[in-house]
Amino acid sequence: MQELIAKQSKSGATKPYSTIAVILSVLAMGLGQLYNRQIMKGIILLVVHAFTLYTVIFKLPHAVWGLTTLGETQTQLKKVGRLYQQVMGDHSVFLMIEGLVTIFAVILLIWIYVLSIKDSYRTGKLREQGGVPNTFRQTVSFVLSYRFPYLILALPLAGVFFFTIMPIVFMILIAFTDYTAKNMPPAHLLNWTGFDAFRDVFQLKGWSTTFYKVTLWTFLWAILATLTGYFGGFGAALLVQQKRIRFKSFWRTLFILPYAIPMFVSMLILQNMFNGQFGPINQYLELLGFNRIPWLSDPTWAKVTLVIANFWVAFPVSMLMIIGIMSTIPKDMYEAADIDGASSFQKTRLITFPSVMYSMAPLLIMSFVGNMNNFNVIFLLTNGNPVNSDLQFAGDTDILITWLYKLSMGYGQYNYASVIGIIIFIILSAFAIWNVRRTKAFKEDTSS
Amino acid sequence: MTRKLRGSVWLSISYVLLAVIGVFSVYPALWVVMSSFRTGNSLFSETLFPTAFTLEHYANLFSKYDFALWYTNTLKIALTTTVIGTVLTLLPGYAFSIFRFTGRKTMMSTLMVLGLFPGFMSMIAVFILLNLLNLLNTHLAVILVYAAGAPLFFLFAKSYFDTIPKSLVEAARIDGAGHLSIFFRIVMPLSTPLIVYTALSIFAGSFTDFLFAKLVLRTPETKTLAVGLFDMISSRQATDFTSFAAGCVLIAVPITFLFILLQRLLTEGLTAGAEKG
Repeated sequence: MQELIAKQSKSGATKPYSTIAVILSVLAMGLGQLYNRQIMKGIILLVVHAFTLYTVIFKLPHAVWGLTTLGETQTQLKKVGRLYQQVMGDHSVFLMIEGLVTIFAVILLIWIYVLSIKDSYRTGKLREQGGVPNTFRQTVSFVLSYRFPYLILALPLAGVFFFTIMPIVFMILIAFTDYTAKNMPPAHLLNWTGFDAFRDVFQLKGWSTTFYKVTLWTFLWAILATLTGYFGGFGAALLVQQKRIRFKSFWRTLFILPYAIPMFVSMLILQNMFNGQFGPINQYLELLGFNRIPWLSDPTWAKVTLVIANFWVAFPVSMLMIIGIMSTIPKDMYEAADIDGASSFQKTRLITFPSVMYSMAPLLIMSFVGNMNNFNVIFLLTNGNPVNSDLQFAGDTDILITWLYKLSMGYGQYNYASVIGIIIFIILSAFAIWNVRRTKAFKEDTSS
Repeated sequence: MTRKLRGSVWLSISYVLLAVIGVFSVYPALWVVMSSFRTGNSLFSETLFPTAFTLEHYANLFSKYDFALWYTNTLKIALTTTVIGTVLTLLPGYAFSIFRFTGRKTMMSTLMVLGLFPGFMSMIAVFILLNLLNLLNTHLAVILVYAAGAPLFFLFAKSYFDTIPKSLVEAARIDGAGHLSIFFRIVMPLSTPLIVYTALSIFAGSFTDFLFAKLVLRTPETKTLAVGLFDMISSRQATDFTSFAAGCVLIAVPITFLFILLQRLLTEGLTAGAEKG
C-alpha cells in the first residue's frame, strides 16, 4: 500500500501539472482548463474571460466615473445655427444605476475568475496523482447532480437581487445625494452631499421636530395597535371557547369576517363609515342624542379612529392563534384546579393567560414590527391627515413609512425619504435578525 | 345554588357580548352590501336596510366605469404572477430543505431578513429601475416585481418540505432518479396542500395589491381593480358612493371565499405534515 502511494507521488513529481495550470489560469480563465485537456470547459471560460476583459476595460472606468462624479455635462440649450436646441447632458440617476450594475457584474466575474483558478489547481493535482480529468459530459452530469441546489436557486435569487437588493443599495446611495424635485435629472446634475441630509433630519429645526414627532407616534401607534389587537383577540377567544357556549364555529366565522375582506376594500369602507358629515356612525350618534365626533379631521380623534379601525381587522387573527394555543393546554391542569376549588376567573388568570402569553410573546413582537410599518391602514384611512402646518410634509397621523411615501411620491424629497428609509431599515434589522435567530425552522437545522 | 345562578347570569352576559362583537365585526360589510342595493348614489341613508332595492349600481359598474376591463387586467396579472411566483417560492424552499451546500445558511437568513422589510420601502428605486427598462405603465412590470418578491417567503415551503421523509428522496436517488424527476414525480404529488396554499396566497396578494399597481399603472386602460376602485372613491368629485359599494362587493366576495378556503387548507396541510413527521 505504502509503495503504491510512493510510486504515485514519484510519477507526479515529474510534472507539476497544478502549478502550470494555475499560472495559465491566472493569465486567462480557461487556459488552465485547456492545459488540463478539458477543452469545452476551457473554451467556455475563455469566452467569459473575453467578456470580463471587455467589461473591465470599456465599462468599468465609465461606471466608476459615473458613480464618483454623477455626471459632468449638464443638459443645456445650445445654439445650433439660428435655433437653440436642447442638448442632453449626463443623467445622474442612470449613471448611478449603470455604475452599480457594472460593479456588481465585475465582482461576479472576479469571483468566477477565482473559482476557475481553484478548479484548474484541483484538476492539476488530480492529474499529478495519476487521475484523469473529467470530460465535459462528466462535468455537466456532476453539476446536475451535485450542484443542483445552486442551479434551482439561481433564478429566484436573481429576481431577489434585481428587485430587492439592488433597490435597497440604490436607496442607500440616494440618501447621500441632493436628489430632490428641485434638481431632477436629467435637467440637473446630482451631487454627493455626504451626510447633509442626515444632519438636516436630525438637527434642522423643522425637520427634526417632524422626525421626532412622527417617530414618537410610530412607536405609540405600534404599541397601541398591537396591544388592542392582542387583548381583543384574547377576550374574544376566551368568550367563544367557554364550555357552555354553543355554535362555537358560527361565532368564530362571524368574527373572522373583517380579516377575510381584502384590506384596501375594508379600509376604504371604514373611511366612509367614519365620514364626519354623512357617515353612518355620526348619524347614529346623533340619533342617540350625542354630538358628532370629528373622527378623521381632529388630530387626536383621527388617532383614536386609526386604533379602532386597526383593532377591527387585527383582533380576528390573534383570536384564531390564541384559540389554537388554548387547545394545546393540557386538560388535567384545569381538572387539578377544579379539585382545588379554583374559580373560573382564577383558572383563566393562572393557567390560560401564562400559557398563551408564553407562546404568543414572539408573535407579539413580530406584530409590533408589522404595525410599525402598517402602511395600508394609515394610508387608506387617514392618509396621514389632518395636515399639520408645523410639520415638514407630514400630517398628524403619519408614521415613518407613510411619511417616507409622502416625501418621495408626493413632494419629490428623495434624499430625505431615503434617510427615513435607512432609519426604518436599521430599526427593523434589529428585530429581523432577532427573529431569524429564534425561528424554529432555522433552529432545527443547527441541531441536525 | 348561588354559584349556579351566577354561572347562568355570566352565560347570558357572554352571549350578549358575543352578539355585540358579532355586530361590530359584520356591520361594515353588511352596510356596504346594503348600500350597493340602495337607490340613489349618496353615502347618507336613513336606514340600514334600503327601502327600495336596485341592481342599477352593478350595471353602472360595467357601463359607466371600465369595471370589466379592470377585472380582466387584474386577473391577467394575478394569474401570471401566481404561476411564476409559486415556482419561484417552491424552488428555494425545496433547495434549502433537501440539500446541504455551502452558503445555505447565509442565503436563508438573508432572504428571511429581506422578507421582513416592507417591499415598497425602496420603491423609488424600483420605479427608476423599471423606467430604465422602459417597463413603466405595463402589466409586465407589475408581474415581474410581484413574482420576484415571492421567493422571500420561502420559509413556509421549506418547513413543509422538511416534513417529507428524506429517506424517500434518498431511495429514489439510489434507484438512479434525477433530481428533476424526483421533484416532479415524488415530491410534488406529496405537496398538493403546500402548492395550493402558496398559489392561493400569491393570487390573493397580487389580486388585492393596491400600492405598487397605483405607482406603476398610469393610464386608464392598464388600471387594476384596486386602483380603479381607489380612484373611484378618492377623486374630488367622487359622489357615486353606491357604485363604489357594488364594486367592493364584487371584489371582496371571491377573495373572502378564497381566504376561508385557504384557512381550511392551511390547518389541514399543517396537521397532515405533523402526522408524517
